Amino acid sequence: MDILITALSQGLLWALLAIGVYITYRILDTPDLSAEGTFPLGGAIAAALMVQGVSPIIATIVAIVGGMSAGFVTGILYTKLKIPPLLSGILTMTGLYSINLRIMGRANISLIGQQTIFDGVESLGVPAQFVPMFVGIICTLIVVGLLHLFFHTEIGYTLRATGDNEQMVRAQGVDTDRMKILGLMVSNGLIAFSGSLIAQDNGFSDISMGVGVIVIGLASVIIGEVLFGSLSIAKRLLCVALGSMVYRMIIALVLNLGMNPIDLKLISAIVLTITLASPMVKKSLDKRNGKRGI
Amino acid sequence: MEREGYKMSDVLKLTQLQMTFEKGTVNENHVLKGVNFTAHKGDFITVIGGNGAGKSTLLNSIAGTLLVDEGSIAIDGIDVTHQVEYQRAKLVGRVFQDPRMGTATRMTIEENMKIALKRGQRRGLRIGISPKEREMFHEQIKQLELGLEERMKMEVGLLSGGQRQALTLLMATMVQPKILLLDEHTAALDPKTAEQVLYLTNKIVTEQKLTTFMITHNMHDALRYGNRLIMLDQGQIIVDLSKEEKEKSSVEELMHLFKERSGTTIKDDAMLLA
Repeated sequence: MDILITALSQGLLWALLAIGVYITYRILDTPDLSAEGTFPLGGAIAAALMVQGVSPIIATIVAIVGGMSAGFVTGILYTKLKIPPLLSGILTMTGLYSINLRIMGRANISLIGQQTIFDGVESLGVPAQFVPMFVGIICTLIVVGLLHLFFHTEIGYTLRATGDNEQMVRAQGVDTDRMKILGLMVSNGLIAFSGSLIAQDNGFSDISMGVGVIVIGLASVIIGEVLFGSLSIAKRLLCVALGSMVYRMIIALVLNLGMNPIDLKLISAIVLTITLASPMVKKSLDKRNGKRGI
Repeated sequence: MEREGYKMSDVLKLTQLQMTFEKGTVNENHVLKGVNFTAHKGDFITVIGGNGAGKSTLLNSIAGTLLVDEGSIAIDGIDVTHQVEYQRAKLVGRVFQDPRMGTATRMTIEENMKIALKRGQRRGLRIGISPKEREMFHEQIKQLELGLEERMKMEVGLLSGGQRQALTLLMATMVQPKILLLDEHTAALDPKTAEQVLYLTNKIVTEQKLTTFMITHNMHDALRYGNRLIMLDQGQIIVDLSKEEKEKSSVEELMHLFKERSGTTIKDDAMLLA
């Protein structure tokens, strides 16, 4: 039971990362690797500010703004300097490694004894065990609600259309470069938000906490889509959050079966490979069955 | 300055357009060789010419998808030569050959129409589609007589090619453009659907008196529709027929004229057989 609660709460906190990845990967149709740098950036900013005595809510907001700025940089590299999106993301993520070290001043900041958002919620009377889940649910619902509204504004419509059909959007008089930059900013803001929450939940921020997060985000997106199919935009975002929770349960299960935590990244990569390959496998199976039918 | 010699009725003025692809390489291709042209308000111009004559390049230059190397383009008296596509969009409506090009697949019909309603205008954070807008979309789409008004919340990707082309046409003209550009917009459709879309095109263009360029591979259509006809060959306009001249011409005469002016016969079977 404890494992289930932990897996679900972790899934919810990581859901914001998954939603951020969804915005670039699916809505903008642009793979963005900045996440590997903006996730620890969120943790670094939040932790560095909190040990300075800044309130956890302000620290988290600054972390989100930091993530958005990093997304802006990736956007400029991609749209104005015409560097391919994958490479733009790698450049941002590599640069951020040094920036994150600068922000933290060292490789690791402990938040033990610091007042975090989670402590704040616990002091409101939520049982300790359910605090991360509570925070995760609230944050996910707020984010999905706001994004739902945003994607139905005039700007939101054109942002979605940009990933769908760039040519059409330009013919409608929209500077698609600006839409891409905006999408990357929203995405990386959410990813940094997720990073700051994970750091507060873990009780520390670490320079290497971003390694492999893009794989985790993508796996959640794909699991969500495979399990729940195609729906309206708000439901799609909720499915991505559910995908993140399923992913955490898979990881918890695998660890429970006695896997060594050292192998965790390898397992993440394998889980993503399986989810990415599943449509292909299904197709070729259908084909084989179809042939037999003839 | 650019208004020098400009008449109110001149909706489009092309002056000495030059365009070369891959300049300075072995693949250098001089596509537009000094195109001069003036379109008057309400001109419905059909454009014909063999493959590689520069028809699409000409339309892309007017739309701003391509920026010309030399020469100038004025739309409605405004010099747009150096404006990129999205900056000119409020003046130009477009329908492409590929039905997938004009609409966003994963968005609904009404969402696509909402995007088109704001063509060339500032977009803000107003949420959703107002009942008034919805009513207007409903009225407009009803004119297509395709029953799409019952499917406003359907994703565009689920529509047929013809339905998408009709929707694109509506979206291109919902905010009235100064120039409407149709680049073989019925070429990818089956003959019956193509006929329907052409009928709609003619209806919308003549009712709204839109200044229109329509590229076609079909000589009959080129003669049947519009009130002016131009023929391109090797980057130049070699024939420019007025309404009266056009009405008197037959396909055979048109081909003869092409041979006379270009010194070659039209080799494109599509154009001969159409």
